[in-house]
Amino acid sequence: MNADGRPLVLLVDDDQDFLVQMSTRFAHEGWRVETAHNETEARAKLATVRPDLAVLDLMMDQLDGGFTLAHEIKQLDPRIPVLLVTGVTAETGLAFERAGAGSQSWIKADAVLAKPVRFEQIRRELDRLGVRHD
Amino acid sequence: MTEPRLLRVLVADDEEGIRAGVARVLGGLTVDLDAYGGPTAFAVETVPDGLAARERLAQGGIDILLLDHSMPGLTGMELLEELRAGEAGTLVIMITAYASLDMAVRATKQGAFDFLGKPFTPHELRDVAAKAARHLVADRAARELAAGRRRVRFEFLSVLAHELKAPLGAVEGYLQLLDEGVAGDDPAAVKRIVGRSLARLAGMRKLIFDLLDLTRIESGEKARSLGPVDVAGAAGAVVETFAPAAAGRRLTVELRTAGDPVVTGDAGELEIMLNNLVSNAVKYNRDGGRVEVAVDGTVPDTVTITVADTGIGMSADEVSRLFGEFVRIKNEQTRTIEGSGLGLSILRRLARLNGGDVTVTSCAGQGSTFTLTLARGGTRLEAAR
Repeated sequence: MNADGRPLVLLVDDDQDFLVQMSTRFAHEGWRVETAHNETEARAKLATVRPDLAVLDLMMDQLDGGFTLAHEIKQLDPRIPVLLVTGVTAETGLAFERAGAGSQSWIKADAVLAKPVRFEQIRRELDRLGVRHD
Repeated sequence: MTEPRLLRVLVADDEEGIRAGVARVLGGLTVDLDAYGGPTAFAVETVPDGLAARERLAQGGIDILLLDHSMPGLTGMELLEELRAGEAGTLVIMITAYASLDMAVRATKQGAFDFLGKPFTPHELRDVAAKAARHLVADRAARELAAGRRRVRFEFLSVLAHELKAPLGAVEGYLQLLDEGVAGDDPAAVKRIVGRSLARLAGMRKLIFDLLDLTRIESGEKARSLGPVDVAGAAGAVVETFAPAAAGRRLTVELRTAGDPVVTGDAGELEIMLNNLVSNAVKYNRDGGRVEVAVDGTVPDTVTITVADTGIGMSADEVSRLFGEFVRIKNEQTRTIEGSGLGLSILRRLARLNGGDVTVTSCAGQGSTFTLTLARGGTRLEAAR
């Protein structure tokens, strides 16, 4: 938890509209928000702040940028919940099922959500992970 | 010398002499199908009756079947009926001892491609085989072309659908924010939401208009009114159009003209081309940079327009992809720049339609120079379509 008692979310996506919309929604729910457009910016932010939640786009400058970044965040602090969002499902029909532990152990994320993501879905994942968000 | 294309011929005839004769004549034959891919040779296999023919055909790979009309067991006519029902890709030439008109009509109805009446000369056999080969190869080339076109069309539409869905989704998301009152009362937040929505809608409109341009050029339905066009004047007008955008980024825009830059062309097309070049030079520049537009009319046959910027430039890899449809160079510097990804594709098509072309040299971090060449005369224009 951060200084003023409000939790901090780090949003990383190269889609400006996703960042603006998610920032607005998280702020409305009482979060402080940090945003980054790519892995490099995200790493710079992570050097100075420790988020309570990270929401990462799967594909940015690097094809699997989200995976790599998720892995790095978990190494930094395994307690930080990481949600991966991806437009891949809609475009390729490739689905990442959120299966039980093990089958998805190679993805260092707590949930994978297909774009377009409704905020309701994020709320549900946060409930499931026991993240405070009221 | 390239290896000749090989067509597989199956001869089904109960006469030993026919089988051996066909194998000998076609085995040594090479037909030059120049328009469809050069020399073509024949590999001949033989079977003595209909049942053996059916068995061999089932294994596949036979291009041309020389089929005797009357054989013991399964007759040629019966096998022909079976083949037709199966829509096999094999071309059938009927061999018949009594080549009557009635027989020809019946076999044609069953899908036979041609006939050989016994006795036939090696010359007749070669003619029929060459005709069949030509038909087969041309038919296959046409099918491949059609399949290729369908695939390109499908890919184009998939990308287009995605490009249209993205701004729709963004605007929808913003409207939901406003609808649910999530943005709060902060006027700055609301202004940002409305501003982004309008920007995405403007981008979508641009995409649709570019797409219409592209479709009209592609289909040849774009009405062209050809006449003498002063490229320098047109370039001046376009530079004027982009003066506010350039001033907003403190860009110096310079226009130089040499010689007599008049071409026979369509003023609207020229404007689209110049708009594209100057707009890119402004969009992809750095604040405080330069745009140099030079119109060179000193050469007899062509007029050359170069547009150089001092912008972000591109790597060799990015340059190689640049003129494709929906290609937008995606990196740190271009993230906030809007574009349909169709502009340069349109530019190149129009340039070629006008007997010219467009090329680019670029250096990452230093800038790009686009060179548009236009033929002065309007005569070669249609050939480029």
